[in-house]
Amino acid sequence: MTETNGSITANKEIAEGIFDMKVKAPEAASCAKPGQFVSLYSTDQSRLLPRPISICNANDQTLRLVYRVAGAGTKEFSEKRAGETIRLVGPLGNGFPEAAGFAGKRVFLFGGGIGIPPMLYAAGVYAAAGAGVTAVLGYRDQNTFLANEFSPFGEVLLATEDGSVGTKGNVLDAYREAKGEADVMMACGPLPMLRALQQFSRENGIPCFLSLEEKMACAVGACLGCVVKTVKEDAHSHVKNARVCKDGPVFLAEEIVF
Amino acid sequence: MVNTEVTFCGVTMKNPVTTASGTFGSGMEYSELTDLNALGAVTTKGVANVPWQGNDTPRVAETPSGMLNAIGLQNPGIDVFLERDLPFLRQYETKIIVNVCGHTEEEYLAVVERLAEAPADLLEINISCPNVKAGGISFGTDPKGVEAITSSIKKKAKQPVIMKLSPNVTSIAEIARAAESGGADGISLINTITGMKIDVERRRFALSNRTGGLSGPAIHPVAVRMVYEAAQAVRVPILGMGGVRTAEDALELILAGATMVAVGTTNFANPHATLDVIDGIRAYMERNQVQNLTELIGAVSA
Ligand SMILES: Cc1cc2nc3c(=O)[nH]c(=O)nc-3n(C[C@H](O)[C@H](O)[C@H](O)COP(=O)(O)OP(=O)(O)OC[C@H]3O[C@@H](n4cnc5c(N)ncnc54)[C@H](O)[C@@H]3O)c2cc1C
Ligand SMILES: Cc1cc2nc3c(=O)[nH]c(=O)nc-3n(C[C@H](O)[C@H](O)[C@H](O)COP(=O)(O)O)c2cc1C
Ligand code: FES
Repeated sequence: MTETNGSITANKEIAEGIFDMKVKAPEAASCAKPGQFVSLYSTDQSRLLPRPISICNANDQTLRLVYRVAGAGTKEFSEKRAGETIRLVGPLGNGFPEAAGFAGKRVFLFGGGIGIPPMLYAAGVYAAAGAGVTAVLGYRDQNTFLANEFSPFGEVLLATEDGSVGTKGNVLDAYREAKGEADVMMACGPLPMLRALQQFSRENGIPCFLSLEEKMACAVGACLGCVVKTVKEDAHSHVKNARVCKDGPVFLAEEIVF
Repeated sequence: MVNTEVTFCGVTMKNPVTTASGTFGSGMEYSELTDLNALGAVTTKGVANVPWQGNDTPRVAETPSGMLNAIGLQNPGIDVFLERDLPFLRQYETKIIVNVCGHTEEEYLAVVERLAEAPADLLEINISCPNVKAGGISFGTDPKGVEAITSSIKKKAKQPVIMKLSPNVTSIAEIARAAESGGADGISLINTITGMKIDVERRRFALSNRTGGLSGPAIHPVAVRMVYEAAQAVRVPILGMGGVRTAEDALELILAGATMVAVGTTNFANPHATLDVIDGIRAYMERNQVQNLTELIGAVSA
């Protein structure tokens, strides 16, 4: 993890309220992994805390971050222009498991809403490692941002709440409709979706990795602000609590209680 | 060359800057982003005799120029602290202030006794913990209680004892005097100010605990006032904290009477804030031809 002033090379709205930012930050970008995130800092000093944003893609030089304007902090980021800088710390968190172990496996990547961006990075890396990737993406309506970028890496199943595109319903409805047969599931998205996948994976005996969200203060593992309850005593905390920012954000579904 | 060295409760530090308990863990995580060797001291997260689970989430919420926290003093307990955290910190050339918490006098004493042989330089006793015997209100709000717990801890402690005072009191001077008469070697203040935040869209409390401790730049003027009042009331040295973001903020606390200062919440906003504060203090001294930092302690005038 490093702290750096990244230079913004692009920042455009790709769907209503959803922005796609590219930040040149070689030290952070060159060691990033899918499922990791960065902390973005506001220029406005009255907003002290960093905003955690998942890495949607990375190469040696540049991070791609896709984010939704949710409040004052993300609004400020959305108003930044190419050529401006943004202070960030990263990459942070554990990320999804090493892709090399999944060659030849049927890896199903579930993304819901603003949880979709990190799954794009995962899709690229798992496909490159020889996994058979299927992306199952859930949206509210026909505003299916990023969906077409998944197709080079494998099959793409869509679900929309209003039924305008793909399966009407959620990502599990789409998975069932397509008679999906996953060797492993990985997911990022809203809490109800993650809970449903936790239950489904338990009932069907499929290993499942979930990327969680929690309110953070330090985002580096020091303050214990962002914990999730765990089934067993956590190795770091010595209580049944793990830090989402440091021990996560990706957890095995069977190890967490939420 | 200016001299930033200070001696606090008999321990000499290369500069007056430490971290505020609970905002820096035991230094491990931030050691990747900041140079611990540059710090006068590191103050560790509150440690109890056994592991504490802490509160449910959400535990933190941002507020204008500040934040609320209700971590609930989650900690791995003194055994893990002694085996893992203290040896890690000892690798660095910095002093170690161990922050201690407990629900009862016996719990505080158990930790203090375990630390007797440990390579810790100073103890900081957080008396804002919920006192189970007094129905969950904190030890730190009643002068008699403060004096009593201070003197019991002093009897057992092998390191100098700093009592960390809560700002949630009517008279900080009275509490400071109580700690001094209990035998405290120093005092530190301020801990967080109790607050509350409500999410109006959801009509729910922002924190699962409902109330939380307010910290960050928003509380800095309160800290300056309280450090000043405490400095007027007692002779023991003061470790000042509360909303320090810049060297100027730290210098305000020093001029008000603090010998040392801690940077807390600002670490979250700027992981190398402690180093900025140290550099800024040095620059201020050079600019104003101050030879020794000690000249500035309590040097405010009307
Ligand atoms: C590991 C992780 C990865 C994330 N990745 C993305 C991403 O790729 N794209 C994206 O659009 N969003 C992502 N989020 C959510 C994003 O962090 C919040 O939307 C953002 O912090 C909101 O900030 P704000 O100032 O605009 O909103 P406000 O509501 O004004 O923020 C107030 C405070 O609450 C915190 N907060 C608000 N919502 C969340 C949330 N959902 N999770 C955690 N903290 C929150 C803020 O950080 C801030 O401290 C991620 C969250 C986590 C924990
Ligand atoms: C997340 C968090 C955790 C804290 N944990 C402790 C603690 O364990 N023990 C303690 O004495 N103070 C604790 N504090 C209080 C700080 O040490 C400090 O007194 C207070 O935050 C004011 O300083 P600041 O405004 O610079 O943060 C904590 C504060 C925060 C923000
Ligand atoms: S946000 Fe501080 S430990 Fe995770």
